[in-house]
Amino acid sequence: MTGGAYVVKKTQGFAAARWLSVAIIKTRSVLLIVLVLAAWELFVRIFEVPVYLLPAPTVVARSFVADWRVIAINLPPTMIEILAGFFLSILIGVPLAVVIVYSPTAESFLYPPMVASQAIPKVAIAPLFIVWMGYGLAPKIWIAFLIAFFPIVIDTVVGLRSIHPGMLQLGRSMGGSSFKVFLKLRLPSALPNIFAGMKVAITLAVVGAITGEFVGSQSGLGYLMTSASGQMDVPLVFAVLTTISFIAMILFFAVELIENVSIPWHSSKRSTGGH
Amino acid sequence: MQTCPAEGHNAVGADRPVELAARRNEAFIRFTEVSKWYGEKANRLHAVKNVSFEAKRGEFISVLGPSGCGKSTMVMLTSGLEKLTSGSIEIGGQPVIKPYTDLGIVFQQDLLMEWRSVLRNVLVQPEFRGFKVRDYENAARNLLALVGLELFADRYPHELSGGMRQRVSICRALIHDPDVLLMDEPFGALDAITRDQLNLDLQRIWQEHKKTVLFVTHSIAEAIFLGDRVFVMGPRPTEIVEDIKIDLPRPRKLEIREAPEFLAYVHQITDIFLRMGILKS
Repeated sequence: MTGGAYVVKKTQGFAAARWLSVAIIKTRSVLLIVLVLAAWELFVRIFEVPVYLLPAPTVVARSFVADWRVIAINLPPTMIEILAGFFLSILIGVPLAVVIVYSPTAESFLYPPMVASQAIPKVAIAPLFIVWMGYGLAPKIWIAFLIAFFPIVIDTVVGLRSIHPGMLQLGRSMGGSSFKVFLKLRLPSALPNIFAGMKVAITLAVVGAITGEFVGSQSGLGYLMTSASGQMDVPLVFAVLTTISFIAMILFFAVELIENVSIPWHSSKRSTGGH
Repeated sequence: MQTCPAEGHNAVGADRPVELAARRNEAFIRFTEVSKWYGEKANRLHAVKNVSFEAKRGEFISVLGPSGCGKSTMVMLTSGLEKLTSGSIEIGGQPVIKPYTDLGIVFQQDLLMEWRSVLRNVLVQPEFRGFKVRDYENAARNLLALVGLELFADRYPHELSGGMRQRVSICRALIHDPDVLLMDEPFGALDAITRDQLNLDLQRIWQEHKKTVLFVTHSIAEAIFLGDRVFVMGPRPTEIVEDIKIDLPRPRKLEIREAPEFLAYVHQITDIFLRMGILKS
């Protein structure tokens, strides 16, 4: 076996090429955003669109600079709602998926109400949550949870089920208990799916938190947005919108980063296309 | 080896030949009229029908038959992971009624854990068995060296080729020094050249470790090349149509596949398949 050095070189080469292509792709997307903003700016200026209909990016930026304090004050409650809702959805979603996979009875009980919970528009039940839990963080957290846990359950179930049947036989032939087989074979092999669910869930948690704040709140970015639009401060509405989508993006990439760190075997397999 | 697990993997070379000589004529694996079918009476699917045989300790048995004939099922019955419908299986005089764990299994897929290094993939065996993993690290490295992967111990499966991955899974099946090695078309997914190499490697490993091997294959040449005996299996529900003793000296080289005595075995087996209608000329 003289392949050792070769493999090392090969993976290093791949890493460098990957980094370069990632860099190009990242700057490319920034370039696109810059182009869109420039076109927007031009459009607003040439056609003299009133600021209460569509403010130019520069106007939004100015509002951002002027009102950053208000935005910053309203950021923490929204972040808490998003993250708490997200972690709750993992904490409850993953065990729920495990129960569903291991018990057909539980599945027949749990699946219909779960699907029903997704069919109900969250905006419609948000007022109820507010009635039950007041104007604080709690109702927003639970709305964020309600919308985010579903993809986690679904993806985790798929991941746990898609283990190779031979893998389970192997586990049993090695004398492993069902718990060992679950912990050391089934759960790790489901991680790629669980992370896929988590990536969907984190963006949905943002939507859930903002939805909750729309319906009734005294703080948070959603609250700021409703109050700004109430005052016809459209530039601030856009500034807050930008902040929210920025948060969603950062959170999404944070989950992806954790994914890359915790299951490098999967992402590297994906990028080199295997053998 | 069941009686002295602590001595296990250290003692392979030392006392095995003596022990082997003493037990040469003892049946180690015994199938008695074993049948297996799935489903209820109306639409029952018969997989294995009335299979009886005896395998001596340290014997290499090739189980040869067409795809989907039930030969894999027959071999998996040995592990006790699948329950037989009627008959009985004994290993070392003990009936197999629950999963028999003193064995290693190599599947057609390597079934490596992508999230573990090569070394830790081999060590998963003692880990699952609740043994002290550290005690097996040297043995694991030695096994990896035996298959030419000593430099890859800390690499991850996705950095390995298909043939290398399957070698790792063979190491995993041997690390706890089991009595029995079950191999279910282990080289079926590999290219012809890699397959030849692994045939040679397996023969070498087997000569060193002298496990009792049940080796499932659908390659006539592979079955003859590796086996002390070849069980020629019929179509589903499968039974042993012919039990052919392969009288070729070891270690066998690849060239032996062109030797007249080897070709005679090929002809003999081909004739059986023709007679059964599995092959049509």
